[in-house]
Amino acid sequence: MAAAVSPTSLESAPRIMRLVAECSRSRARAGELRLPHGPVATPVFMPVGTQATMKGITAEQLDALGCRICLGNTYHLGLRPGPELIQKAHGLHGFMNWPHNLLTDSGGFQMVSLVSLSEVTEEGVRFRSPYDGDETLLSPEKSVEIQNALGSDIIMQLDDVVSSTVTGPRVEEAMYRSIRWLDRCIAAHQRPDKQNLFAIIQGGLDADLRTTCLEEMTKRDVPGFAIGGLSGGESKGQFWRMVALSTSRLPKDKPRYLMGVGYATDLVVCVALGCDMFDCVFPTRTARFGSALVPTGNLQLKKKQYEKDFRPIDNDCACPTCQKHSRAFLHALLHSDNTAALHHLTVHNIAYQLQLMSAVRASIVEKRFPDFVRDFMGTMYGDPTLCPTWATEALASVGITLS
Amino acid sequence: MKLSLTKVVNGCRLGKIKNLGKAGDRTMDIPACLLYTKTGSAPHLTHQTLHTIHGLPAMAQLTLSSLAEHHEVLAEYKEGIGKFIGMPELLLYCSLHDPVSPCPAGYVTNKSVSVWGLGGRVEMTASKFMAIQQALQPDWFQCLSDGEASCEEATSIKRARKSVDRSLLFLDNCLRLQEESEVLQRSAIIGVIEGGDMMEERLRSARETAKRPVGGFLLDGFQGNPATLETRLHLLSSVTAELPEDKPRLICGVSRPDEVLECIERGVDLFESFFPYQVTERGCALTFSFDYQPNPEETLLQQNGIQEEIKYVDQTKKIKTTSCNQEMTSFEINLKEKKYQEDFDPLVRGCSCYCCKNHTRAYIHHLLVTNELLAGVLLMMHNFEHYFGFFHSIREALKSDRLAQLKELIRRQAS
Repeated sequence: MAAAVSPTSLESAPRIMRLVAECSRSRARAGELRLPHGPVATPVFMPVGTQATMKGITAEQLDALGCRICLGNTYHLGLRPGPELIQKAHGLHGFMNWPHNLLTDSGGFQMVSLVSLSEVTEEGVRFRSPYDGDETLLSPEKSVEIQNALGSDIIMQLDDVVSSTVTGPRVEEAMYRSIRWLDRCIAAHQRPDKQNLFAIIQGGLDADLRTTCLEEMTKRDVPGFAIGGLSGGESKGQFWRMVALSTSRLPKDKPRYLMGVGYATDLVVCVALGCDMFDCVFPTRTARFGSALVPTGNLQLKKKQYEKDFRPIDNDCACPTCQKHSRAFLHALLHSDNTAALHHLTVHNIAYQLQLMSAVRASIVEKRFPDFVRDFMGTMYGDPTLCPTWATEALASVGITLS
Repeated sequence: MKLSLTKVVNGCRLGKIKNLGKAGDRTMDIPACLLYTKTGSAPHLTHQTLHTIHGLPAMAQLTLSSLAEHHEVLAEYKEGIGKFIGMPELLLYCSLHDPVSPCPAGYVTNKSVSVWGLGGRVEMTASKFMAIQQALQPDWFQCLSDGEASCEEATSIKRARKSVDRSLLFLDNCLRLQEESEVLQRSAIIGVIEGGDMMEERLRSARETAKRPVGGFLLDGFQGNPATLETRLHLLSSVTAELPEDKPRLICGVSRPDEVLECIERGVDLFESFFPYQVTERGCALTFSFDYQPNPEETLLQQNGIQEEIKYVDQTKKIKTTSCNQEMTSFEINLKEKKYQEDFDPLVRGCSCYCCKNHTRAYIHHLLVTNELLAGVLLMMHNFEHYFGFFHSIREALKSDRLAQLKELIRRQAS
């Protein structure tokens, strides 16, 4: 599948992305985001700190790992502690004392996935708070208002989210509504100089719908685009095709944020397909279940086989956990009620993701990204030919062969 | 090791223990507390977060109850528990039990003592016990002992006598086993003083244990609620009077600031630091003052602050938590309370801990309300630092003969 020529944006929107290098074979790019709270090298993985905390690790620990941007969730924070309090605390940065960048989502996804009695209308998403039973309407205006109070460096439009497994007219309705909601978000945004509003491309798994959405949304004057509506229950074959379609029609000079993607293989493939930014709860969540991420997959450290394994999680990992502790110690600690066990793994898994992105970026800058991909797949699957079919196909579509 | 006293004031001993550690080059000031750990790690804290705490004790307390079940792993590891847990730089003391989780009574026999880990009961004869210590290789360890005379409501003289007899027998057995092992000789055995609430038996235990070549003494069976300690303080004085001056005296189960001072006045040197952990688990932060010589302006502000807190606590409902079953004290504030929702002050003004330097009461309140793991991390960092600061102030007060002022300050803040 030949790469389509990507249009540049029609308006002179703020250019927050500077391209540093591009892979001559695939669509992979290395770049730098210029954000209010400092530069961020791309491709970048953004850990998710839902409720103004990166779970059990401190801001200092997160900073020491090299993280320069992470996520907060508007839905959760909008309910507890609420935007008024956060504003009094000098925004989300002040409230959690995070000196680097923050990205907040609109609250739309949680609204639909977490709340069983939510109702979507043209107005917005109506729902009942699980904490005090109050009924609220989350409209595009309201979502932007909350995010303005939070003060995050990147804010997301409120989109009409449908699960990728849904088919039929609902998908089309949601796509068109998301465009209208984008316009309402742009109009309502009070701080375009301090906060970058990203659009979210919808359209489900329908190429025509997605193309229409891309055509329309790229006419709007926004600093960046997210690819939404994927990373749900869809097949990987459909997933990568929609990602590739999206990147082929997004402007080259603006960042592409693929939402909800976090498995290592997916990250590498989607970088090849032209994505710059990623977020996912997976690495931090799986840490709290005792699973450590490694180049060959993961280690379920609670299992008996690690009881007397005196090696670190990963010999080549520079994180504090691997520098100081063995699998055997972590195994013992995981079987205790000391939460420190979870924090050790959270630190390691975030380090793993960030180190992976760093390595990807270096390979793009040094013009050896295709070799990097082959090495990566070889390590992960034992042999590049044992790589999952969808990944092989996706990589082939952008000129990277594995054998 | 060598304990030298700098001075003794009103029964309080100020001094240094030198030549500690495997290389014999470490020193520890007394009175002091030991770093409380669970399964070899400070609660909630990784090496990174632990080492942001100022004033960390020179010695950490490990509990056999959390480590005994890992005995085989440690034996195969060979290099000792200090390295295994990633704390090679700390001195290590291994106690039998965890002071926070009382173990079920009725499992001590003439031949064995049981500890309770998360995996269940581990029964140990003297041989098994010493084999485990050989794998752990701590600097000090509490000898196998019968501590159950103090568990029941009213100890019979018979039970008290048995606790002393058994503990002495265990001690002699363990000392003999130690002689046969080069590895074990690098650790010091801490003899355990038992005897329930029977003065006669307590004195016998003290005198007999002191005859053995132990590295120090553990005063067992004085734990309980504040009322029980009150009645046992007289016993405590009599016991320590029988012990040699040049060996350290540890006490288990006593960690509250007011109780610590009472025990120091009765000749105790070393304490466990589980109290800050219990405070953390109930979502509270230590705020009591140990600044016995504040500047005059500060005094007025602080006094008002303390009075306010004391008044409030009188009206507060008691809080019981699952893990600690302890009531909140007036040494602390409860961050879950609504009044902290918009309080942008640090936990304690002037505190140099990571939490107070970086975060607000409002943030901690939010973390507690949303059940976030970071709450425990930050509170533990603050509570440990505050508590270690308290012990530092005890030593300073003793140095400058101001312990009476410190004691009065603490007494005013005790509920």
